[in-house]
Amino acid sequence: MEDKFAKTEIHKPENIVYKKSDLMVDRPLSYCPGCGHGTAHRMLMEVIEEMDIQDKTIGVSPVGCSVLAYDFLDIDMIGAAHGRAPALATAIKRLWPNHFVFTYQGDGDLAAIGTAETIHACNRGENITIIFINNGIYGMTGGQMAPTTLPGMRSSTSPYGRDVPTMGHPLKITELVAQLPGVYYVTRQAVHTPNNVRKTKKAIRKAFELQKENKGVSFIEIVSNCNSGWKMTPVQSNKWMEENMFPFYVLGDIKVDGKLVEKKETVEKD
Amino acid sequence: MTEEIIIAGFGGQGVLSMGKILAYSGVMQNKEVSWMPSYGPEMRGGTANVTVIISDERISSPILNAYDTAIILNQQSMDKFEKTVKPGGLLIFDPNGLTRLPERTDINIYSIEAADEAGKRGLSKIFNMIVLGGFLKLKPLVAPEFIHKGLEKSLPARHHALIPENEKAIEIGKELLTPVHVLN
Amino acid sequence: MGELRLMKGNEAIAEAAIRAGCDGYFGYPITPQSEVMEYLMAEKPFERTGMVVLQAESEVAAINMLYGGAGTGKMVMTSSSSPGVSLMQEGISYMAGAELPAVIVNIVRGGPGLGTIQPSQADYFQAVKGGGHGDYKMLVLAPASVQEMCDHVKLGFEKAYQYRTPVMILSDGAIGQMMEKVVLFDQVPRRTDAELIEQCPWASNGRPKTRNHNIITSLDLDPAGQERVNLKLQAKYRLMEQNEVLYEEIQCEDAEYLFVAFGLSARICQKAIDMARAKGIKVGLFRPITLFPFPSMEVSNVGNRVKGILVVEMNAGQMIEDVRLSVGCKIKIEHFGRFGGIIPAPDEVVRALEQKIIGG
Repeated sequence: MEDKFAKTEIHKPENIVYKKSDLMVDRPLSYCPGCGHGTAHRMLMEVIEEMDIQDKTIGVSPVGCSVLAYDFLDIDMIGAAHGRAPALATAIKRLWPNHFVFTYQGDGDLAAIGTAETIHACNRGENITIIFINNGIYGMTGGQMAPTTLPGMRSSTSPYGRDVPTMGHPLKITELVAQLPGVYYVTRQAVHTPNNVRKTKKAIRKAFELQKENKGVSFIEIVSNCNSGWKMTPVQSNKWMEENMFPFYVLGDIKVDGKLVEKKETVEKD
Repeated sequence: MTEEIIIAGFGGQGVLSMGKILAYSGVMQNKEVSWMPSYGPEMRGGTANVTVIISDERISSPILNAYDTAIILNQQSMDKFEKTVKPGGLLIFDPNGLTRLPERTDINIYSIEAADEAGKRGLSKIFNMIVLGGFLKLKPLVAPEFIHKGLEKSLPARHHALIPENEKAIEIGKELLTPVHVLN
Repeated sequence: MGELRLMKGNEAIAEAAIRAGCDGYFGYPITPQSEVMEYLMAEKPFERTGMVVLQAESEVAAINMLYGGAGTGKMVMTSSSSPGVSLMQEGISYMAGAELPAVIVNIVRGGPGLGTIQPSQADYFQAVKGGGHGDYKMLVLAPASVQEMCDHVKLGFEKAYQYRTPVMILSDGAIGQMMEKVVLFDQVPRRTDAELIEQCPWASNGRPKTRNHNIITSLDLDPAGQERVNLKLQAKYRLMEQNEVLYEEIQCEDAEYLFVAFGLSARICQKAIDMARAKGIKVGLFRPITLFPFPSMEVSNVGNRVKGILVVEMNAGQMIEDVRLSVGCKIKIEHFGRFGGIIPAPDEVVRALEQKIIGG
């Protein structure tokens, strides 16, 4: 994929207006075009690069679409079994207390099969960062219903829409963990517009800085799209996300400095 | 020398700790020992028993079906273990609470009214040491100085002040032992 | 000589972990092995050596804590008993696949299901044949005394790192709960991070500029790649079979009959030997100490000199399959076992020998 002309020419300092983080491995992402994972990855790597902590960062990847995150992130990583990332991160941080440890998990991984590990790592107040990508669906296995699938939302295992009386309610696990005293910082962000990307990056930076202070868990939910699973174009999916996901999964800080944020249920829009 | 002992009674009588003190004393005297408890719900007040083996040689099975000595402290244990004493072996029992006395004629049988004595002296906690004293009178497997070391090792430091009392109880036990049936 | 103590098997496991320089213990309470974590918490190894001890929310979490810790190169251990070890199988499979070193202790109790809290050897198949999914093995050590409970922890860590594999110590509730004299080995200092990084260049513990990033995973979506992973694992297991077999022969020289037994059953057989020989029956004992790799050649050598073999296990007949595979079918090989938490008495074993092998 290397185009020497383009690379040498573009890399001249005077020509560079934007570049990806050096901590993103030089290979094409395996995610669908329009998916939020790539942007979330990039924000994470930019923070680690800017903090200059590549040699002190250990990441835990999940099972799900981002199972191969370790192929794209040029940091040391461990691929967890489905849902177990917070258990791995717990041990890693306890054994390497001066390192920066994060998990990167989807909604099925974190809020269904891994609920116990999520709740207990949060409740113990592990000094880790949990990055939770919520797109309301199991993307990798082909669009099945997730714990966060909205009422009425279609998926391959709720083809007529999520029927709450038989399939249960969507789980707001982020609000749930925010109640735990071991959790210090909780925020819900998105990566579908430049403004949201900036806010997400700021939140990730804050979360990693907090690890230095041993304050407990920092938990960042990123509400994202799944245009393949939702069967939409990327543009449609982002619009659908704004209109349907954000009213239920309201963006903004939920817990700051260990205190729950009082806020109105309003939709943030750019 | 190998001595295979079963100590059996109620949970709370100090059966396991009696065995432990005996075993630790054996270790102090550089013997091979094993201490195998019955464990589980029985530890919460039901029957409790422990097999203690003290030997000059490497110990084979810590689980046995026949014993040189049975120390029996309640009726259930009498029913279960009287028959497991090897012919010519030793049975020591406390008659307190027993409804049936041992009937074997091919073993040596001694009684020790330890519960009674401990109650009279208001020292119910050292009941098991009185029993141990009775046993040691007949089978002085470990010397008193090693019993002392065994007590030091077995008891938590905060209870070390009680060691003299325990040693006194052992002496009391030696005097209390009464022959019931002794082989020629 | 090291420090002399009277200890329970479970306590010896815990003390040995501290002394072996273990970095972290992660566990969940279950009878009959809870003394392991209780001992560790009381001993405060976090003050003695800096070792981490953490009570997890489940066995599932505990084994995945091991997976995480081992992935960074740290020396980690867990212990549990049968139902808990069943829950750990997923994690063990991942660790075998990702080639991670760790020591996993199973203080076996009777099953299936919730079963009983009394001792058993019914997890032989699960331990030896690979209890989780996929083609993998663990090196499995079967201690028969409290001393070996202690020694096998140290040995287990050595082999775990030598082969980058999970090692299982397969014991049972009786050895866990019984006390025996133990000579403790001296404290091995915990490795410094620099020593760890040198010993484990594969570990994910922070990528310096001087090397590529390390990835710990058992995933390879490309079948050719996954086959290579499997071939590598199999080559490792063949190497273990060549080099790591441990066993003990007791009174086999003149034996006409043979007991084959591991762990507690082997101890009971030793008493049964004395009782049988007093009756004039020349019987010996072959005790596998590693259950994987199984001492196939060695048991075959002894087995082919005797008239019959009684495999004594606290299960319904598991190791007997490996004995039969090893020795063949030219001589009589029968099983005697008690299960559900019942420990066979030495006289029962002698009777079984007389009835099933000699008279049979």
